[in-house]
Amino acid sequence: MTVEDLRELAEKEQARQAEYEHRILYCSSAGCVSSGCDAVKNELKKAIGELDLSKKCEMIGTGCLGLCGEGPLVFVSSGPTLYQHVDAAAARRIVEEHIGQGKKVKENEIDLNDPFFASQKKIVLENMGKINAESIEEYIAADGYEALAKALTEMIPEEVISEIRKAGLRGRGGAGYPTGLKWDIVRKGVADQKYVVCNADEGDPGAFMDRSVLEGDPHRVLEGMAIAGYAVGANQGFIYVRAEYPLAIDRLKTAIKQAERLGLLGNGIFESHFNFRIDIRIGAGAFVCGEETALLRSVMGRRGRPKVRPPYPSEKGLWDKPTVINNVETYANVAPILRNGSGWFAAIGTQKSPGTKVFAIAGNVKRPGLIEVPMGIALRKIIFDIGGGTPEGTKFKAAQAGGPSGGCIPTEHLDILVDYESLQTVGAMMGSGGMIVIDDTSNMVEVAKYFSEFCMDESCGKCIPCRVGTKHIYMMLDKIVKGEATENDFDLLKELCVMVKETSLCGLGQSAPNGVISTVRFFKDEYLSKLKKSAEGNTHLNESSSVPVVKEA
Amino acid sequence: MSVITFTIDGEQYSAKEGDTILQVARDNKIPIPTLCYLEGLSTFGACRLCVVEIEGSPKLFPACTTKPTESMVVRTSTDKLKKYRRMIVELLASEGNHQCAVCVVNGHCELQDLAYEVELDHVRFPYLFPKKSLDATHKDFVIDRNRCVLCTRCVRVCHEVEAAHVWDIAGRGIDCEIIADLNQPWGTSPSCTSCGKCVRVCPTGALFDKGAAVGEMQKESGFIKFIVNARNKHEWVRTAHEEE
Ligand SMILES: Cc1cc2nc3c(=O)[nH]c(=O)nc-3n(C[C@H](O)[C@H](O)[C@H](O)COP(=O)(O)O)c2cc1C
Ligand code: SF4
Ligand code: FES
Repeated sequence: MTVEDLRELAEKEQARQAEYEHRILYCSSAGCVSSGCDAVKNELKKAIGELDLSKKCEMIGTGCLGLCGEGPLVFVSSGPTLYQHVDAAAARRIVEEHIGQGKKVKENEIDLNDPFFASQKKIVLENMGKINAESIEEYIAADGYEALAKALTEMIPEEVISEIRKAGLRGRGGAGYPTGLKWDIVRKGVADQKYVVCNADEGDPGAFMDRSVLEGDPHRVLEGMAIAGYAVGANQGFIYVRAEYPLAIDRLKTAIKQAERLGLLGNGIFESHFNFRIDIRIGAGAFVCGEETALLRSVMGRRGRPKVRPPYPSEKGLWDKPTVINNVETYANVAPILRNGSGWFAAIGTQKSPGTKVFAIAGNVKRPGLIEVPMGIALRKIIFDIGGGTPEGTKFKAAQAGGPSGGCIPTEHLDILVDYESLQTVGAMMGSGGMIVIDDTSNMVEVAKYFSEFCMDESCGKCIPCRVGTKHIYMMLDKIVKGEATENDFDLLKELCVMVKETSLCGLGQSAPNGVISTVRFFKDEYLSKLKKSAEGNTHLNESSSVPVVKEA
Repeated sequence: MSVITFTIDGEQYSAKEGDTILQVARDNKIPIPTLCYLEGLSTFGACRLCVVEIEGSPKLFPACTTKPTESMVVRTSTDKLKKYRRMIVELLASEGNHQCAVCVVNGHCELQDLAYEVELDHVRFPYLFPKKSLDATHKDFVIDRNRCVLCTRCVRVCHEVEAAHVWDIAGRGIDCEIIADLNQPWGTSPSCTSCGKCVRVCPTGALFDKGAAVGEMQKESGFIKFIVNARNKHEWVRTAHEEE
């Protein structure tokens, strides 16, 4: 395929779409699948058939439309109109009234001027609700693979990296490491083979940003990876997806086949000397396999256990070769940056954290779902304008950001700006984009216990502080929750948390105590109120604490 | 080969390229406690006992895997490090079922030595009393998982030196365990050559000679360095220091 062929394909597809007066896009992501979009799809199809409207409209499964709590969602391009809570009856009405008679179904319509939509800025999610998740032609019609064409035909690898560096793109998988810098290290590495790896392990409880991108717009990730491959000189890519994402795996497989069929993956892409293939590796349900060194070992078929860094994967990764490893969302930003230029991207968000971030909002919030906002937006805006605040009758208490190892942000810091540096100042972190809203019906010690249980269960067991430390942290929290702990226990807990954080081998152990540390910092009273007074605190732990091990009988 | 000059605890030392902080410290008799490290085997960096501070970084670094750079300033025994090391041994003590008084290595145990070294006079964490198994199916040796500290020296020596790879780890987190082959009785392992290297390098009484009574089992881990050195460099020398 040449660049001309690509453009021709895009025009042909645009013309095909223009033949329809309406495009009905139903959300086919896992969230809406589980709230019953299959029935909606069948009813839409039946109604279109019965009313003989198939010349007037086409029906498409698209990526996540965002308002997951109000699903199943259906978007009609004419209007444009978004419908919520669509059941079979509503689906029939949409076809009969909206398509047939040009009248909107008011009962199910959502106001698109609502702050939920107005406060968002879509780059990564730009194709959600726009294209068919399973059609490469539709992706191409939406400027897909233009960036790869541009890179391969107009730019040398150094220029690609320089664009990414100028854009200021930072890793969206958690740590926020500058992507261009990482690519540059790999490009400069001397080796006969290099690799590009996509981290799609997404193990944070409640997070589904990466899943939504893979399900709704898989080609965007493939394109980003291919561009990375060209930039660093790699001809092989791997996507490491967790096994719990069967739909994402299916869509990726389909997308890879489609791209190979059109010659957008494979040998001599766009008639250049660049070859690139992508294979899928499926995880087996360990959170720690999201950690990059563990992930790479797992890709190689070994036990997924982290390794001491340095050496970093960019120096010695897969089979000891220089390896780029980036998150799904990081790759999803690459094509738009090359298409629109680094200046465009750098102007969005803040100076140190340019661009947008996708968040999965869950917990005690009126409108849970998937959102994309410019970096540096105030947390208050995310939770109240977009998320609609906490349910009636409850009060906001904290937002938990950064996954199981993140921190809780209390009311007094609601005006904090959401970017890598600001979040760290309050002991939270950007993480991969999970955000759990907590209202005053929850107890923060129990929240901390929940997250510490997760970390304990997911510890790989390699290093002592994390393996044994997370177990004791969990047990102590349990004791506090049960009202059996004393002040001594509480002090020991705090001491242990700092030690586990500072001495653990990998990011899991180093951040496992964050939940406790941040809730102790902001909600100390909730801990204190559960402690026993020292006099009555003659529990087993206290006894064993005061008995020396080496003691004459 | 370039030489690096750097500081440990206020004194200047030089290191050959590729040396780790621990190697330089050992050569110069600066004590840094270790457990998973064993000369001759690959580094594992997992017990975290050897962590040191490096000026200019808020993080701690394992001395066994960290290479010094020019003018680096390393501190090996600050109050914070001592406290953390003590807590690590404390965590280990709470994790297993360590009954020194009835153990085959009582008096010759690296875990015991560590407990003395970090002055562990009592354990503040509740003992976990895990239900661990003992496997005496091998004709010469026994593995008692109650005493295992998961340093993986046995796994590494079996894989890297004996090339049999009998041992590996099953489970995760607090449930990790050393297993033979496909998690089967050691005595039925088709890959075990009965060489006994794992038994010699195990720092505790988890691996021991069958028939050893309390306090009778003496370990000998220095010979791994001798074997590896002999193989790689064809130098067949054993110094008194190595035989320790
Ligand atoms: C315990 C742990 C779990 C992680 N899980 C993920 C994950 O699910 N997805 C991800 O992209 N990064 C995860 N990371 C971060 C990766 O190690 C790595 O930093 C990231 O893939 C780099 O990509 P980026 O620069 O694009 O963010 C995890 C890190 C740790 C320590
Ligand atoms: S911190 Fe936890 S997960 Fe990471 S190496 Fe240590 S035991 Fe494994
Ligand atoms: S000796 Fe360095 S981590 Fe164990």
